[in-house]
Amino acid sequence: MRKVAVAGIGLIKVQEYWDKPITQLFSEAAFKALEDAGTTKIDQLYISNMSGVLQQDQLNMGALMADTIGKSGIPATRIEAASASGGVAFHEAVKAVASGYSDCVLVGGVEKLSDALPEVVNTSLVMAEEQEYTAYTGVTKIGLSAMLHRLYIDQYATAEEIGMMAVKSHDHAVGCKHAQYPFRMSVDRAMDSPMEADPIHMMECAGIGDGAAAIVLCPAGKEGIEVAGSSVATDICSLTERVEPLNFNAVKTAAEKAYKMAGVKPTDLNVVEVQDDVTINGVLSLEGLGLVEKGKGAKLVADGRTARDGAIPTNTFGGLKARGNPLGATGVYQIAEVALQLRGAAGDNQVEGAKVGLAQNMGGLASICSVNILRRLGK
Amino acid sequence: MSVPRYWREIKPRYRLLGKECTRCGGKYFPARPICSCGSTEFKDYKLSENGKVVTWTVIRNPPIGYEAYRPYVVALIELEDGLRILSQVVDVDPEEVAAGEAVEAVFRKVKEDGKTGIIQYGYKFRPVVK
Repeated sequence: MRKVAVAGIGLIKVQEYWDKPITQLFSEAAFKALEDAGTTKIDQLYISNMSGVLQQDQLNMGALMADTIGKSGIPATRIEAASASGGVAFHEAVKAVASGYSDCVLVGGVEKLSDALPEVVNTSLVMAEEQEYTAYTGVTKIGLSAMLHRLYIDQYATAEEIGMMAVKSHDHAVGCKHAQYPFRMSVDRAMDSPMEADPIHMMECAGIGDGAAAIVLCPAGKEGIEVAGSSVATDICSLTERVEPLNFNAVKTAAEKAYKMAGVKPTDLNVVEVQDDVTINGVLSLEGLGLVEKGKGAKLVADGRTARDGAIPTNTFGGLKARGNPLGATGVYQIAEVALQLRGAAGDNQVEGAKVGLAQNMGGLASICSVNILRRLGK
Repeated sequence: MSVPRYWREIKPRYRLLGKECTRCGGKYFPARPICSCGSTEFKDYKLSENGKVVTWTVIRNPPIGYEAYRPYVVALIELEDGLRILSQVVDVDPEEVAAGEAVEAVFRKVKEDGKTGIIQYGYKFRPVVK
């Protein structure tokens, strides 16, 4: 297999775009990525999108988006893996270039949630779960995480320590031009906010936003940013059948495979992006990635070790909580952000000298997870 | 909700009917086509109707169709036969649910599909009266 490089990246600010259709959000990010890569010659397109079929009544997004950017003719498809769509689409694109099937592939993550009412978005989130026996109970996606949150509080950490996951993400969003909520938030603010699904507070959950991010992939040379490891793993979908609910097995499996591919250990990572759509999910992801022992993730965060100047700089542009979480686009944002760090182009958000970075993107209650590891080549 | 989609789940939902692997005795609810032992041979298995709350949440911003019940409790329940099930816990103040609380299955309305659609039913659990 060929080595693959991230040749171009493009992001738009996560916010509510009342005046723009989903096609335009995608084209803005795509044109930025192509300009950044210095090419217009792409021979394949992957679109990652979770809920366009519900919010925009749109199927066949591959052909539509290829046409939108003047590339009708090329193979194109939409990848849907719930909130993991972005990371999974990137993984598929990596394989397309690595195999030699395509030479230059565009991955475009796009999601437009402001076209729907909040309860529709809430309903579409739980569509990532099995419908007849899980969603039928009336549980929400955040509600499922809340049951884990309660077990975690019983065994390992205080509510405030878990809540620090959101606080730290907000700290990092300050100065980030593409973040939806680029301001600080105190742990008291999080703990004083209304309950969303007990014991998870509203301000521990990522909000709703529109966004698009795009990445151009091509064969790697001697310099630039290479995709050192890329993997996807799944887990038993139902919480009822998981032996230890606090183990994110898909995260662990995907991480171990990506570390092996990249030839790196967790301690080699200079920057990490994790799925903190809810505080506890971020905490359990840090543990699943092997960055900290089981049960110690919340304390790791509360002790400041995931801060930008800490041992494991995490969610360096604000994570899902503060950069924003446009579902199907989120995983592409994460990878683009890691690439910005490795290029030394992160501006106020820069982690000095970052050479190896990881992006972890999961869907459902961690029933699917992608882990992608990037590495700066050359000096 | 289409009629066949609802109808085909009536038996498991109304009777708490799962499957038991005829080779290793592994029990599943809902049914699945293959056991963790690799067998695909199953017989019907009636779940225990009593159990204990393992963990729970209170849904305050529900999905469409569940608004009338908010706030409501959804719990992970361990049944007496060791199987786990996800269910609403009803007839209880959400603030008074506790880990280890004994609960029993009840047959309840789940939601209505608009004014002319199917009225959907299923299991929920409630605290056992001491």
